[in-house]
Amino acid sequence: MTGVCQDEIITMQRCRRGSPEAFESLVNRYMKDAYFIALGFVGNREDAMDLSQEAFVRAYRNMKHIKPGRRFFPWFYQILKNLCISHLRKRRYRRASSLDGEDCPEVAATTDCFSPEVVAQRNETKDTVWQAISKLDPKHREVIILRHFQNMSYDQIAEALFCNKGTVTSRLYYARKRLQELLGTESGGSTHDMP
Amino acid sequence: MTCHNFKDLMMGYLDNELSDEARRRFEQHVAGCPECARELKEFKRLKTLTDEVTLVEPEDRIWQDYWNGIYNRIERGVGWIIFSVAAILLTIYGGFRAIEEMIKDPEVEVLFKAGLLALLVGLAILFVSVLRERIYFWKKDRYKDVRR
Repeated sequence: MTGVCQDEIITMQRCRRGSPEAFESLVNRYMKDAYFIALGFVGNREDAMDLSQEAFVRAYRNMKHIKPGRRFFPWFYQILKNLCISHLRKRRYRRASSLDGEDCPEVAATTDCFSPEVVAQRNETKDTVWQAISKLDPKHREVIILRHFQNMSYDQIAEALFCNKGTVTSRLYYARKRLQELLGTESGGSTHDMP
Repeated sequence: MTCHNFKDLMMGYLDNELSDEARRRFEQHVAGCPECARELKEFKRLKTLTDEVTLVEPEDRIWQDYWNGIYNRIERGVGWIIFSVAAILLTIYGGFRAIEEMIKDPEVEVLFKAGLLALLVGLAILFVSVLRERIYFWKKDRYKDVRR
């Protein structure tokens, strides 16, 4: 994640004047962050790629709405997050509808079809952690994504989520507590022997 | 300070986000509080687990084509807008001319002409009503100027 700089402010001014070249440089700077954040939300490559690109398209069309002098990424993150959450809602609804006939709607509510193939150098422990992350609610999942997969500082997370550092700390605490419950890593848990 | 306050510092401690002073205070508390020490140990174990999970980086060609995918979508969006506007204009023009022909045509029955006119007046009233409602709600929308 890059810090705020004059270069980005100038690039955004050019984007507002309708320069695709300036927008391309913003895309090149943030495309990997966008893809990995979307991947953390939706859990599979195709959807993550599609949603991250769609978020950039929407950002380009709405560049005039961003306040002059503001950083691009926190504003863009809101677009990306809303797209991902909306996609998850549609996916759950579709799955719940298709499972209605099988009388199994609770399955649709708890799993999020996170693909294990997106995890590097897979093993059983990593797969378990990845599936546990998929079961967190979006509010908790996003702080885990931003902290663990994006290595963002608390200040950067607070800026992206439009909240204060205390809220970030608190959400991380409860997200990790929930993750412990899901993994059973609390005292006496089944994965107690994990490293 | 209670253990609850130190729990807030625990995340900052785990993620190296504390000042030296806050870190020292937290370490002092943990040294004398078995409950917080146990919780910290569990969180450390969890952090080790989550830190091990890294995601596969897509191939280089995906990143090379990434901008093209976005540019194509933007371009197609513009294309669709122009196409839709042109289609609407042509439909309105064609419809207007067809109706004009029918009304001028003496062979078309008066009852049919009256029915057609009534249909058009009805459509116009519905359109104006919906448009007025939309404008009214847009003007009253307190959040329309909210910028992020």
